[in-house]
Amino acid sequence: MATYQLNINGQRKQVNVDPSTPLLWVLREDLKMTGTKYGCGISACGACTVHVDGVATRSCVVPVSLIGNREIVTIEGIAQDPVGRVVQEAWVDKDVVQCGYCQSGQIMSAVALLKSTSKPSDTNIEESMGGNLCRCATYVRIREAIKSAALQLK
Amino acid sequence: MKAAIKLKNDLHFTRRSFLRVSTVAAGGLFVSLYLDLPALAQEGNQAPPPKVYPPDAFVHIRPDGKILITVNRLEFGQGVQTALPMILADEMDADWSQVIAELAPAADVYKDPLFGIQMVGGSGSIAHSFQQYRELGAKTRAMLIAAAADRWKVAPDQCRTENSVVRGPGNQSARYAELAEDAARKPVPDKARLKSASEFRLIGTKVRRLDSRPKCDGSQKFGLDLDLPGMKIAVVAHPPVFGGSVKSFDDKDARAIEGVREVFEIPLPQGSGVAVVADRFWTAKQARDRLKIDWNTAGVEHPDSAQLWSKYKELARTQGNVAVARGDEKAMDKIATGNRIVAEYEFPYLAHAPMEPLNATVRFDGDRAEAWVGSQFQTMDHMVIAEVLGLKPETVTFHTEFAGGGFGRRAVIDCHVPREAALIAKRFRGTAIKLIWSREDDVRGGYYRPMHAHRVEIGIGSDGMPAAWRHVVVGQSIVAGTPFESLIVKNGVDETAVEGTADTSYNIPNLHVSAHHPKVNVPVLWWRSVGHTHTAFVMETLIDELATRAKVDPIVYRRKLLKPEAKKLLSVLDLMEEKSKSWRSNLPKGHAVGISCHECFDTAVACAVDVSIENKRPKIHRATVAVNCGLAVNPLTVESQFQAGVGFGVTQLMANGAITFKNGRVEQRNFDGYTPPYIIDAPVTVDVHIVPSTEAPTGCGEPPVPVISPAVVNALAKLTGKRYRSLPLVSL
Repeated sequence: MATYQLNINGQRKQVNVDPSTPLLWVLREDLKMTGTKYGCGISACGACTVHVDGVATRSCVVPVSLIGNREIVTIEGIAQDPVGRVVQEAWVDKDVVQCGYCQSGQIMSAVALLKSTSKPSDTNIEESMGGNLCRCATYVRIREAIKSAALQLK
Repeated sequence: MKAAIKLKNDLHFTRRSFLRVSTVAAGGLFVSLYLDLPALAQEGNQAPPPKVYPPDAFVHIRPDGKILITVNRLEFGQGVQTALPMILADEMDADWSQVIAELAPAADVYKDPLFGIQMVGGSGSIAHSFQQYRELGAKTRAMLIAAAADRWKVAPDQCRTENSVVRGPGNQSARYAELAEDAARKPVPDKARLKSASEFRLIGTKVRRLDSRPKCDGSQKFGLDLDLPGMKIAVVAHPPVFGGSVKSFDDKDARAIEGVREVFEIPLPQGSGVAVVADRFWTAKQARDRLKIDWNTAGVEHPDSAQLWSKYKELARTQGNVAVARGDEKAMDKIATGNRIVAEYEFPYLAHAPMEPLNATVRFDGDRAEAWVGSQFQTMDHMVIAEVLGLKPETVTFHTEFAGGGFGRRAVIDCHVPREAALIAKRFRGTAIKLIWSREDDVRGGYYRPMHAHRVEIGIGSDGMPAAWRHVVVGQSIVAGTPFESLIVKNGVDETAVEGTADTSYNIPNLHVSAHHPKVNVPVLWWRSVGHTHTAFVMETLIDELATRAKVDPIVYRRKLLKPEAKKLLSVLDLMEEKSKSWRSNLPKGHAVGISCHECFDTAVACAVDVSIENKRPKIHRATVAVNCGLAVNPLTVESQFQAGVGFGVTQLMANGAITFKNGRVEQRNFDGYTPPYIIDAPVTVDVHIVPSTEAPTGCGEPPVPVISPAVVNALAKLTGKRYRSLPLVSL
């Protein structure tokens, strides 16, 4: 066990965990932030996506010991971000979700995309969202919501 | 929608049904509907009819005006947590902005009115509960009016309702919340007038999901997110071959990890496994990885896909148990071999792989217990937990948790996941145990869509239409040896294996369908749309081949071959043809159109897809889908179900879309080996068109799935000249 000071959604959080514990499980079990989801544990589905220093990152394969001072943003904090807020509202407006389990990760990936590419093409969307699995396959509305958010962010 | 709604469902409600009002403890009105003698229970000796009617609630009007509506189903994406409250709120004239929905716990009162158990399956949620929720709403409204009429000393028919307010003569008005307590003391009317379709304010309109926002900000709790005081996490090491058992195990290294609480053997429905209980998931998983288990797998069959295929193909060449034998069995012999098609198909095992891994939480308190499960089968999961704990079900509180998908995987007849959780919780009296199946456990854990072989011989008549059709289906029965067998297996044929073929709506004069159900040591299960996943693929690819051979447009050919009484299918073919006409006649070079149509769960669907080949894979640029699901209660959800459901259907076309066995072991482990469709694999756009209807609503959960894969390979056939009869589509 080791103690870590984490910077999550602008707040300092202290945890005492096994250094090999993936960030995902620290968020979910130690900090009770369950908006970030476990789907596969091998970075193949994107349900656990968070931002680490602004980069969309699969938290299921990042040991907490590697985080250091990096800024972590999770779905619980994304509404504080202007782009995050617009994306979330677009998701609600387009009634994207079905079971909803993957959508935290989808939204985190979409925010990262729109921060780097303000007017994403279908190809940009397929590349940036390409690792986020939605078993309900709500992909048509995910595309629509991203395009709608992009228009509002112009 | 001028005409009155034709309530085909009425027949389900001729049994005695009644409402009761319970206490007004929280200062609100409770209304419950109790149904006597569920139809299927009588027929199949399933769950006994409810004898005790606990005071459970469907509607609760809070003093603050919020209206809490209880949903008797699991919500796992299908949108029923919005649609059922819409139905009730519409008849009740409730203010929709004040409606809150909650999922019902397990209780007799929440059993499916037709199936007689509390469950989600067979696309029955709206189809079976439409009338139930309308009546609940209408009766609640009548009781509120009665309370207002008493207060104002006027006749009830002088009162009207709108937006959670009763209005009476002379500008008198009262909010529902003010009337709730008096209304709760009124007798529940035997009958209440239901609205005509023209009076609906919510039903038939596009309403956004009630669970949308919490699912977009991370606040929605799923079963896996449950956090209870002192809770421990459990994982189970399962045998490498189904039915294997623990010979011995060494847990020294596992127990050395800080936070590991207990390691012990537990029985499984077949064989046994080793449970690890720890403070956290990561600890439990690491401890499990360090277990040294000596498994006994002697004496259990070691399935092997290659061997199974050769056995299945051999069986397919012989007649099985007869599902349908129509017309002249010898008609085929009169057709020249040059006018026959012989086609052999292969469909592999498929995992459901819902996004939220399987889980169940149980706390055993000695004389009572509490359980939290995202369950499609509450009645059975509830009973099994009680049985394992040695309790009566009424002393076990069973909460229905939101589930991250399911597609059938949370409707398991042997209830193995909650059973494991209860077995473990029994050792930890007073401590909540959350059992988590990792993704690897799920992918390798069985309960798959069964693998199937089909062999079809078609004799083509001089008019180019199928004159004789001989069809053999080979695959494990999903229900053999279970309590469902007597309901679903007829003459040795599991209806879920031949649905979509034996009952085809195509007018084939001489039709012979039979089935073999070999026993294989692989647990199998219904997978969204069940038998239609493979039967529709066979039917719709062969019909397409016949149309091509006859040089007839595939839509025209289908219309000609469909029975005149297949009105729903004919309506969707027409609508799909009209809505796709402009893009079908204007395709870019290298693209082709694929057509299919299929009816299942009383909903008809037609589909046209625009496909090209990119990187040796099908690229689905567009799908136009026409749907006839009777009255669409929430057209926004129906559209969403079809847009995404066709994407789900692409699962079986994926290059890695198969579970395979070698020497008894599953060859895939996770999403890297069993790969469902990502955004690039699903259709880029899907336009959904709903046939206007006043017929009773039918299901929308499963019907989107079967149509897409045959439509795609029908398009591919035009591009490559090849017919694709083995899934998954490993190479083009």
